[in-house]
Amino acid sequence: MDVGISILVWLVLSIVLVFMLLTGFAYTTLLERRVIARFQSRVGPNRAGPQGLLQPLADGVKLIFKEEIIPASADKVTFILAPLLAVIPAIVVFAVIPFGSSIELFGVKVPLTLAPNMNVGILYVLAITSVSVYGIVLAGWASNSKYSMLGGLRSSAQMISYELAMGLSLVALVVVAGTLDLNAIVEQQKQVWYFFLQPFGAIIFMITALAEVNRAPFDMPEAEQELTSGYNTEYSGMKFALFYMAEYIKMIVISALSVTFFFGGYREPLPLFLTQALPFLSVDHTPLLGPLYFGLKIIALLIVQVWVRATLPRFRYDRLMKFGWLVLLPISLAWVMITALVVLLRG
Amino acid sequence: MLNLEIIIFGALALITVVAAVMMIIARNAVHSALFLVVVMSSLAVFFLGLWAPFIAMVQVALYAGAIMVLFLFVIMLLGAERAGARLLLAWQAPLAIGLTVLVVLLGALLLLNTAPFEVVDLPAAEITEGTAEAIGQALYSVWLFPFEAVSILLLVAMIGAVVMTRQETRQEARDERKKKSL
Amino acid sequence: MLESYIPIAMLFILATVLAVFIIVLGTIFGPRRKSFRKASPYESGMQPIGPGTRRMNVRYYLVAVLFILFDVEIIFFYPWAVNFRALGLFGFIEMLVFVGILLVGYIYVWKKGAFEWD
Repeated sequence: MDVGISILVWLVLSIVLVFMLLTGFAYTTLLERRVIARFQSRVGPNRAGPQGLLQPLADGVKLIFKEEIIPASADKVTFILAPLLAVIPAIVVFAVIPFGSSIELFGVKVPLTLAPNMNVGILYVLAITSVSVYGIVLAGWASNSKYSMLGGLRSSAQMISYELAMGLSLVALVVVAGTLDLNAIVEQQKQVWYFFLQPFGAIIFMITALAEVNRAPFDMPEAEQELTSGYNTEYSGMKFALFYMAEYIKMIVISALSVTFFFGGYREPLPLFLTQALPFLSVDHTPLLGPLYFGLKIIALLIVQVWVRATLPRFRYDRLMKFGWLVLLPISLAWVMITALVVLLRG
Repeated sequence: MLNLEIIIFGALALITVVAAVMMIIARNAVHSALFLVVVMSSLAVFFLGLWAPFIAMVQVALYAGAIMVLFLFVIMLLGAERAGARLLLAWQAPLAIGLTVLVVLLGALLLLNTAPFEVVDLPAAEITEGTAEAIGQALYSVWLFPFEAVSILLLVAMIGAVVMTRQETRQEARDERKKKSL
Repeated sequence: MLESYIPIAMLFILATVLAVFIIVLGTIFGPRRKSFRKASPYESGMQPIGPGTRRMNVRYYLVAVLFILFDVEIIFFYPWAVNFRALGLFGFIEMLVFVGILLVGYIYVWKKGAFEWD
């Protein structure tokens, strides 16, 4: 492929990706508020536009015109840097996530992954995940406020603790898949999802992913009853919006990762006989359906996350750390070895 | 795309050196740590350029991620992020600058005396040496003993960490008892 | 080699530009009415007592050290997992020894109460 064309393709793809993530972020907030309202027998925001569909826009416009306060005792540079460091890793992870196979566009074969077939794909995801702690720990420190500091420390300790079990759950997946390439992992799930081969791995991954993005029941940094709002107590206006955006984009990211690793990625979520009867429903036949299936699966997992939030109360912090270190870590380690043993015995 | 490789290298080298210098100059320990993160991350890109994607990712995950978080924790633990008094002794700065100039000159001399090097580039898919697969094949056959020795090293580090922090908690317990008896 | 990572660099730059743009947007359109009370850190409506950042518990340090050690261990798992089918039984035993030694450390750390947060 010509260099100019490939640069154009990358540019278009990354712009589309960022745009989709922004839209996704906006509507995930609405989805969460509406769904949680249903769980609590309320209606939720339904005034701005039909069914409240313009609510995210209204919220955004409101936040733009809000005053931004930087506490006098804060470390200004780090205070401004922290929300950037929270949001950038969340977006950058998406570079390796395949959201479709590849489509033919104006005679050019366009792979629907920004950086396809990366031979260290899973490690890339882990590397970016481990960098995403900074936003929170620096926000806590730079605010120079007690609540922020406590929230930042707690959540960073929580994130690093759960990162271990998350890494191990993916090791078990790699033992079965034999590759670190996300595109290859999706293609391997043509017949059977890895969820059915790796049920424990999938469940551990999803639990740790929830802890990693600080969602309920692991929303320790926020813990509004005890820490007011944790690391972002001192933030206001658009800087607060960036933290909010980081949280919801991370929700989308972990849903996308779970889908890619365990739920067949962009492949059709249909039983085999159906795609044999109606071949045009399969991604192999109609590659354009890939992003659609992918999006639907992500939405399903997002609803599960909201459901979890509406159902489970928050962990106590000491229990949370104990759960990570004494339950999830040994179980995931054992699961890696069991998986290896089974793979070994089956040859 | 030979030139691109050199341009990226040059730009990143500049960023790395500036960040490293800033790390030393910065008066706030947290800022120093952040500059070190920049250094670590650009080193990762150098590893990519050297056809070592696995090491590059490990560099980010372990050094830029894990170890720097530990540094930040330690800085916050000590509550020593702002160096108030000038700790620098008068003779240190000129000596440091002199030594730096000497090292740079030596490096330049060495570089001039070596044969001109060549930049070779291949698409990522054709590079096999630095991938996780290749490293695994080498690590778990030829370098088996060092690999197992690493586990002993990690074990010692674990015990060391616990012993070091235990001391602290025992002290706390003693203080607690003292407080109760008063 | 670096070429395959150009798209990631592009996404990174795009994300940075977007985030900076959002912050700039807020500073342009937001009102600015500074006051002493507004700029003081939040403390439930009280006058802040003492410094905002104070020395933290040593447990966080222990968690961070243990995290690094286990993270190194997990990184060692990846090249092994990718090659697992080729390494076979030999590879399995190798890893069993590695994990076994680390398990001793894990149990030690656990018994010493490093995971107890009281």
